[in-house]
Amino acid sequence: MTDWVDVWTLAEQHEGKLHSVSFELLARGRALAEAKGCRLCAVVLGAEVSQAQAEELIARGADRVYVVEHPALAHFAVEPFAGALRHLVETYHPEVVIAAATTTGRTLMPYLSVQVHAGLTADCTGLEIDPKTGNLLQTRPAIGGNIMATIVTPDARPQMATVRPRSMRPAPRQEGRTGEVVRVSVPEALLASRVRLESFERDEGEIPLADADVVVSGGRGMGRAEGFRLLGELAEALGGSVGASRAAVDRGWQPYPHQVGLSGKTVSPRLYLACGISGSIQHLAGMQTSEHIIAINADPDAQIFQVADVGIVGDLFQVLPALLERIREAKGTP
Amino acid sequence: MRLIVPIKQVPETSNVKMDPETGTMVRSGVEAIVNPLDLYAIEAALRLREAHGGQVVALSMGPPAADKALREAMAMGCDEAVLLSDRRFAGSDTWATAYALAQAIRKLGPFDLIICGERATDGDTGQVGPGIASFLGLPAITYVSKIGELADGGVRVERLVEGGRERLWAALPAVLTVVKEIAYPRLPTLRGKQRARQAQVPVWGPPEIEAREDWLGLKGSPTRVVKIEKPQVARQGEIIRIKEAEDVDRAVDAVMARLREWRILS
Repeated sequence: MTDWVDVWTLAEQHEGKLHSVSFELLARGRALAEAKGCRLCAVVLGAEVSQAQAEELIARGADRVYVVEHPALAHFAVEPFAGALRHLVETYHPEVVIAAATTTGRTLMPYLSVQVHAGLTADCTGLEIDPKTGNLLQTRPAIGGNIMATIVTPDARPQMATVRPRSMRPAPRQEGRTGEVVRVSVPEALLASRVRLESFERDEGEIPLADADVVVSGGRGMGRAEGFRLLGELAEALGGSVGASRAAVDRGWQPYPHQVGLSGKTVSPRLYLACGISGSIQHLAGMQTSEHIIAINADPDAQIFQVADVGIVGDLFQVLPALLERIREAKGTP
Repeated sequence: MRLIVPIKQVPETSNVKMDPETGTMVRSGVEAIVNPLDLYAIEAALRLREAHGGQVVALSMGPPAADKALREAMAMGCDEAVLLSDRRFAGSDTWATAYALAQAIRKLGPFDLIICGERATDGDTGQVGPGIASFLGLPAITYVSKIGELADGGVRVERLVEGGRERLWAALPAVLTVVKEIAYPRLPTLRGKQRARQAQVPVWGPPEIEAREDWLGLKGSPTRVVKIEKPQVARQGEIIRIKEAEDVDRAVDAVMARLREWRILS
């Protein structure tokens, strides 16, 4: 009988830089490791992983960092990444493995869970240890965000979950924390890939929606595509990005990468300005962790007002131009 | 090209009603539809067939009524359809679902691509596509926004990731999951509907797909749902109603004050 121990988090890095989502996972993982009284381990896979990166993960809560370095891990491809992680899982037997619900985590984790015959829960917003059984309680929205389901993996190990990015604050650096770095070499055969990256085109000119401090979003109430020009100007004045509800994207007013909500992106900006968005549960699931929310909608019963710090019931085409003018005045720009 | 499109029948959730007492979905009177995101996978497959010739097979696992979803796929233009339906499949989580679908795909014979929707709108996991790839030992490329040329025994695709687009080459056969950008799904044609009505849609159970029964259904599922509840929405803020012109100024004043308080504006 194998002993399954420790809580693992999968760090994400790109070209030598750790993504902050890695630290969000450490914050989650730390709480789980404390509850279980076990170690928190971080896993980093990459072409080159520096000692400084491993130490950063220790400073932010990891007791041990597993590092696999190989040219095949320079960019995400599911076969070598799953191969490396599978090798680690089968060597060290973690009890819990959590990854971010990013394009990487959402691809790698289901692929791995099949290989190691483990249970996996997608896109969790809550993770806890059941004090009675010691099992991982995994809570996630389902059926378009209309319900919250709590899921357990009673027998299979490891217990695997992906966690919604920005659903938790990153673990802060604690100077003086110590931990060990374990570099592991993985058999070549596990690192073969039948997919090649030929090029990468970065989104230019705009702040990626998920990283924006301010998101100005429009919905059905914008009336037509032209309405979004005003939102673009507002976003620019506030140094933010434009988002859209599914209703607006389905009507072709904004392209899909701008969609906020359960079937689009999850955002957690300092300010979310919702314009003409009714606030379906699906939309709320993608933005309700925003620090501050302002909503403008003609319908006083719109559900968006239930999550707003400031709700304006009225015609957004009256309010927004006036607001834009005042913001520009305040910033001293014409 | 031989293309396989696994689809799911889901409840129409855009107007879903919840029972406030039990926190569960009101299922009566809820229409069952083809998972809207699967329509994009069907469209992508049909376009590949139109460009390169071949065959598109739709595959689904579900109750007998899921036959309707497969006939809709055929009405859009899929050539064949197979339904996995048996009590022993009931209660499958994504692991067991991916296993059953992968077994069925093995049974369907050689293929070039499996094209899946990004996720189903009821479960919202997106795990079954990569899971099928893993069971079949094939590469999976997720979030595909464009399928390009066939080259060197593979296919060029574009993949939407955080902050940009990857251009990738993948050897065939492979599993793709596609996003909405891939192509706008066509509507069924009248002729397609007639053909779909008359088509044979075979129903397969565990024996037909040579599945291990202990890997099927609830018994074969590593995960269990232990609690369902209605999400809490809570944040009661200030509400400003605009009735007259001066209310606009009042609203803008209030917003400006908050933007300063929250340090969005200095």
